[in-house]
Amino acid sequence: MSDPVLRLENVRKSFGDNVVLRDVSLDVAAGECVVLIGASGSGKSTLLRCVNLLERVDDGVVRLDGEDITDPRVDADRVRARIGIVFQAYNLFPHLSVLDNVTLAPILVHKVAAEQARSEALAMLDRVGLAAKAAARPDSLSGGQQQRVAIARALVNRPRLMLLDEVTSALDPELVGEVLDLLRELKDDGLTMILNTHEMGFARQVADVVCFLDGGVILEQGRPEQVLGAPAHERTQRFLSRLTH
Amino acid sequence: MAPASPPVDGWVPSTLQRERDAFRAKATRRAVITAGLASLAVFALIALAVTSSPGWPAFRETFFNWDKALSSFPAVLRGLWMNIRVMLVSAVCIAIIGLTLAVLRTLRGAVFFPLRALATAYVDLFRGLPLLLLLLVLGLGMPALRLSGLPTSALFWGGVAITLSYSAYVAEVFRAGIESVHPSQWAAARSLGLTYRQTLRRVVLPQAIRSVVPALMNDVVSLQKDSGLVSMVGVTDAILAAQIETSSDYNFTPYVVAGVLFLILTIPMARFTDWLARRQGQRGALL
Repeated sequence: MSDPVLRLENVRKSFGDNVVLRDVSLDVAAGECVVLIGASGSGKSTLLRCVNLLERVDDGVVRLDGEDITDPRVDADRVRARIGIVFQAYNLFPHLSVLDNVTLAPILVHKVAAEQARSEALAMLDRVGLAAKAAARPDSLSGGQQQRVAIARALVNRPRLMLLDEVTSALDPELVGEVLDLLRELKDDGLTMILNTHEMGFARQVADVVCFLDGGVILEQGRPEQVLGAPAHERTQRFLSRLTH
Repeated sequence: MAPASPPVDGWVPSTLQRERDAFRAKATRRAVITAGLASLAVFALIALAVTSSPGWPAFRETFFNWDKALSSFPAVLRGLWMNIRVMLVSAVCIAIIGLTLAVLRTLRGAVFFPLRALATAYVDLFRGLPLLLLLLVLGLGMPALRLSGLPTSALFWGGVAITLSYSAYVAEVFRAGIESVHPSQWAAARSLGLTYRQTLRRVVLPQAIRSVVPALMNDVVSLQKDSGLVSMVGVTDAILAAQIETSSDYNFTPYVVAGVLFLILTIPMARFTDWLARRQGQRGALL
């Protein structure tokens, strides 16, 4: 088997006395979709932020394609250029048009020629069904549309790994579907991704691996039908039963 | 670098982590030493270039004469006390007038049109007129009018001129702050039943003022120096006191004394501004 795209080895992260990640190890293979579940504050978001170096780990190693990206000698900007992230609150740049949001990183970071960046961005917006909104400002779009622009903005850089942090939590229920449909297509295209979600039905459909985070460790990990269908751990059972009520 | 207190769960950093911490500490040390040496070298070069110039002995005698500095110090300090008083009194008036103008300019609705227009006209007028012109017209003109009931002191009218001009600038700073508060804050406060006035006082202004504190501090430091302009209408401030001291023997040391005293006033203010800015999570000039 080939090397994993991402490997976490005994990662630890605390904020003051609050130890959020105690000892987390995880492998993500190419084309794999890993879904993180767990209660609020269980460290799901912190884990994603550690992977793209928005947070500095206290201990342990994060490897991207075998390279130790937690080494202080590593240029964080260069690493982040290879990882895409989508946030819960979209985080689009409100002063830029939809198109300019998508072309910003290709032009500034990846040095793509403006004309080519434009055509690639339009193709990507077409891919997420929003080519008609290229000239619009983000705040004139619905939440679901904004989140699809955010996904296009991350995808256009052809990331090695995509991180999706509660991407449907801020959306109205009737808008959740359009975003999940898009993610399902990306998964079928072979994109490697890690996502946090509370959508257990969606997790069951797209996940290759489901990880249940609790107390700063991955308490249970396995196929979705196993972790979600027949959880071995008592805490996992309790978490899942609370969700269905 | 070990953490100051042992972690709650008895965690011991791995060898790799200790290596990383050591590398980061070393990199920081190296950066501090490099920056320190570079600054030292630059200052040493400048000092050397200045002191080795042919005119240096004469220059030192004219600008850095210790005896002259001591003899002029009391007069310059008395002048500075004038600057400080003008500054403090004007600052309070400027804050009140500026905030009032800003609030008037943000009022909505046709009823308030006259107030809005008046506030706008005020800002346009006093921001557009040179401060020096205002000072001369008010400081020399108003006392000459001898209007009954109004003070005739040049100091009073000098302060008025500074206040009129500065409050126009400060009003715009406050207005920018008020408009930077997101409309959802108005919606949330009004829907809780707060009146317009309560919303402004309890919800919007506290957020608005916090975000413009660095800009306001800018104006305070600027005011400290501009307070000296009252000397244009005959009030003895630090600069005028230094000028008087200088005129007896053409030794310019009193100007240097005045300059140092102004720096002693303004530098703590600048550091205070940085500290305020940092406390808000913005970057101060030092870091």
